[in-house]
Amino acid sequence: MSSWVADGWLADGWLAGAAVSSDFFRDRSGGGCIQENKLFCPDWAINNLDRYSDPTLQHLVLVVSAVAAGFVIAFSLAVLAHRHRFLSSPFLAATGVLYTIPSISFFFLLLPITGRGAVTAIIALTAFTLQIIFRNMTTGLRNVPPEVTEAARGVGLTATQVLWKVEIPLAMPEIIAGLRIATVSTVALATLAVFANGGGLGAEIVTGSNITFKTGIIIAGSIAILMAIVFDALLLLTGRLLAPWKRVAL
Amino acid sequence: MGLPLGALGLFGEAFQFVFQGREAATGGVTVGGLDQVLELAAKQLEVTLLALLVSLVLALPVGVLLGHYGKGEFVAVSAGNAGRAIPELALIALMAAAVGVGLFNLVVALAILGIPPILTNAFVGIRQVDQVSVEAARGMGMTDREIITKVELPLAVPTIMGGVRTSAINIIATATIAPLAGILTLGDFIISRNVYGDAGVLAGAILVALMALALELTLAGIQWKLTSPGLKIQRT
Repeated sequence: MSSWVADGWLADGWLAGAAVSSDFFRDRSGGGCIQENKLFCPDWAINNLDRYSDPTLQHLVLVVSAVAAGFVIAFSLAVLAHRHRFLSSPFLAATGVLYTIPSISFFFLLLPITGRGAVTAIIALTAFTLQIIFRNMTTGLRNVPPEVTEAARGVGLTATQVLWKVEIPLAMPEIIAGLRIATVSTVALATLAVFANGGGLGAEIVTGSNITFKTGIIIAGSIAILMAIVFDALLLLTGRLLAPWKRVAL
Repeated sequence: MGLPLGALGLFGEAFQFVFQGREAATGGVTVGGLDQVLELAAKQLEVTLLALLVSLVLALPVGVLLGHYGKGEFVAVSAGNAGRAIPELALIALMAAAVGVGLFNLVVALAILGIPPILTNAFVGIRQVDQVSVEAARGMGMTDREIITKVELPLAVPTIMGGVRTSAINIIATATIAPLAGILTLGDFIISRNVYGDAGVLAGAILVALMALALELTLAGIQWKLTSPGLKIQRT
């Protein structure tokens, strides 16, 4: 699995894909619905559903890698900023810049450095998630009542123990809320990874130079939305398990 | 992995692309140059501001009223969640393929992305206003209209503007792929690599990033202006 992440999934051509488009057009010569390019062709969808398994898997890898990396980085930044308050503003500003730069632009800013491929896409998507996770986590940590941390220190916990045993668990609902926003947005944004030659479901929307195949757009778009919903539900459940004393708000 | 020196060279070429233009990758004609850059930048800004305006006009009053009367929480909050899940590329592609290309359709598609954050944040911002303040205002004889404009809206400015900024970022980012829907924005430099070459792609990426940052800074400035002086003292 790691090899296709490193090399990029598509041939090195632009959006490329001769491999993608040639069998695609062969498929299109099949039924009347496809030739007329109707809004949605259920027969084609059923017969060709398997062509979406690889892009879906690639999309999954893009999202999970980006959010996982984003979480690790943002979590560390938030812990640092919590310890040293003066770091909070510069971190917020820096992640804000990364959040504001559109992902598609980010892909190509990275191009001279990391080249084209999934890694470039993952870096850009990771940069996008940082602010959301960082902001939510710092809010969560700040909202822990001071009486609670004082009581914890009173019973003899060190600052590190207070952080891990009291503050982070109490901030868990906000941390999970940030993760949910970051994950759902990243699932949607990762469709743009196709422009970085990073594969994913976007490659089924922009096939070759063709973006007019409606059934394909609808299927790929629906899979992305479904993936977002599933991730959201999973994180919601995780939140309830990690913070059983508090129902995470929908 | 490109060498740093090579990367530097490409940045130089991108710089040249923006200010002087370069020969098209297809040969012959010159592409890029300040005239084309400004034209495409103006188009990107126009599309973005139009879509943001449409989103504001449609979402802000609804969000504020729902928040004021405490109704439709489920709708207002779900809209924000659902909006995030819309894949931008699929939306633009489907709009172009199924409805048609053109400015109007593009603005509609971008507004679909812009409405949810504004709606949700307007609702939440108004709803979060301390009910004690609202009751005090009512006790002083303020009408609903006065309560909204003089009490709730000023207190909700940071949250509402947070939504507007999220919308703006999402819209300007998606306006970059507008060339797929037949409207040439700065994204054309990025998407039509076969015409503009690597220098054009990098130039486009830099310009889009700068434009998004400039928009964000402008909106942050507007938020600062809109925040009442009393609140600025508390928020350090």
